Amino acid sequence: MTEINKVIFSNHEDAASASIEKYISSGGYSAWKKIIQSSDQTKAREYIINEVKASGLRGRGGAGFPTGKKWSFMPNSGKQQYIVCNSDESEPGTCHDREILQRNPHALIEGMAIGGFAINATVGYNYVRGEFIGDCYPQIEKSLEEAYEYGLLGKNILSSSINFDLYNYLGAGAYICGEETGLLESLEGKQGKPRFKPPFPANYGLYGAPTTVNNTQTLATIPKIIEKGAEWYSSMGTEKSPGTIIFSVSGHINKPGNYELPLGISFNELMDISGGIIDGKKLKAVIPGGSSTKVLPADIISKCTMDYESLEEAGSALGTGAVVVMAEGTCMVEMLKRISRFYYAESCGQCTPCREGTGWLYRILLRITEGRGQETDINLLIDVANRIEGNTICAFGDASAWPVQSFLHHYFEEFEFMIKNKGKSKAA
Amino acid sequence: MDNLLPKNITNTIDHWIQKFPQGKQRSAIIAALHAVQHHNNGFLTNDLLNQVAEYINIPKMNVYEVATFYSMFQTQPVGKHEIAVCNNISCMLRGSDEIISHIENKLNISLGESTSDDNIFLKKEEECLAACTGAPMMMVDHVYIENLTIEKVDEVLERLKKNND
Repeated sequence: MTEINKVIFSNHEDAASASIEKYISSGGYSAWKKIIQSSDQTKAREYIINEVKASGLRGRGGAGFPTGKKWSFMPNSGKQQYIVCNSDESEPGTCHDREILQRNPHALIEGMAIGGFAINATVGYNYVRGEFIGDCYPQIEKSLEEAYEYGLLGKNILSSSINFDLYNYLGAGAYICGEETGLLESLEGKQGKPRFKPPFPANYGLYGAPTTVNNTQTLATIPKIIEKGAEWYSSMGTEKSPGTIIFSVSGHINKPGNYELPLGISFNELMDISGGIIDGKKLKAVIPGGSSTKVLPADIISKCTMDYESLEEAGSALGTGAVVVMAEGTCMVEMLKRISRFYYAESCGQCTPCREGTGWLYRILLRITEGRGQETDINLLIDVANRIEGNTICAFGDASAWPVQSFLHHYFEEFEFMIKNKGKSKAA
Repeated sequence: MDNLLPKNITNTIDHWIQKFPQGKQRSAIIAALHAVQHHNNGFLTNDLLNQVAEYINIPKMNVYEVATFYSMFQTQPVGKHEIAVCNNISCMLRGSDEIISHIENKLNISLGESTSDDNIFLKKEEECLAACTGAPMMMVDHVYIENLTIEKVDEVLERLKKNND
């Protein structure tokens, strides 16, 4: 069976994995110290970016953009530049960043320091979702203090000329702040309404300064890549999707959990690792990468491998690696209604197609489940979803349309049945 | 106007302001509102918003915008203890709807309402709270409680009832 927890969760068996002593004793901060002691900082920067590029690491926040490439967009403007970590984890089904903050916070701190150095950012902010205020926020705050006490952050770190100051930030409940420019707005103390792009954050980011935003898991992967090398990292996973990713497996599964596994593992093996479907039931459908990715019926997902290419070919996406498992008997109309309610509640409201369209989607689905559906409603749902997709400032609009399109594509008859039978579910 | 911001709150706000560059104190609004709301038993008033604006030295509108945008901020009076039951997809698949109905019946209120003694506020939770592998789950006064059962929920409700002072 495939080995689990090789990179970010490599210290996972240890109950005290969050402590700085444990982290250091397992090689933690050795990559950062080596960088600090390098004689030529320009070369060290090039080396880091080239290693990250060679590792094939892609952003684990959902979009999958190559991390090394993203870093290479950063200028050396001579002004204050920033690195920002997106710990605003809130894609439905996703909960691995929370576990990183709780169990391996120093990997994130070291990853931010290394990343900040590579992109000429001497200040970093870790944007943590507000609801974590009493959960994992105290841990990451404590860990940050420890890193300062050990002299690993601050000014003239370990008597070098390198400066890096890191701060934790707390949001206050808004899914849209996971969108990187919405996050930057929020970090500036404003409503989290995404910005038009371009300009991209590398040119105009936090306070208008060059900024790179990376996800928690992405940054927590960096120290091991630098410590052990790109070749080591990319020896795991597949050629096109190298490395590991943490799958959050939830729903109708016997052992829900966060499992760090090589990309390209078969879906069926992931199900075995997660203990199989509850009550010995048959699999019905899977949302493979968080609620914004398209649903896949059992017969399609069962043939997939869990990597960027295979899931895209199957008509969905790897997204955040949040695998939501649905057993036979699950009503797909109810599922879609719940997803659509979420997008309706979380739309920031600045683009009309999204603000109005998400409300239309939810209300139509609501009336279908309440037995007031009309024959024309299915076409209306598709029409509204198609009018949102591609017509908004950020990807939230698309994310609200894709579930509607895919649920209707694969489970049309359930919607039709419920409309004809005045709210009765075909699945039950 | 009476000073509604005690020293420990302004200390917290100061702590946050120093995280940001000079002149960027607007970035501290969210943290300030968290602190003020916590101090005021879970909700914000216009007077409090105005004093935060004055203390941070930014236009009031900047504070109003933030207070009304983010779901963690309550701009109407609510009960002292907050219960937020996640009912997004992963929790729904594992019985969150039954958990919510149980709490509604037990407290005799609906989602979004507070008990008549203002002790418990049952928040209308529409976000996913990022604890999907521990579904169903709820957040009670900022503490995550996972793998909920009816018995576990009852224990929490009993504890909150006793803690009504």
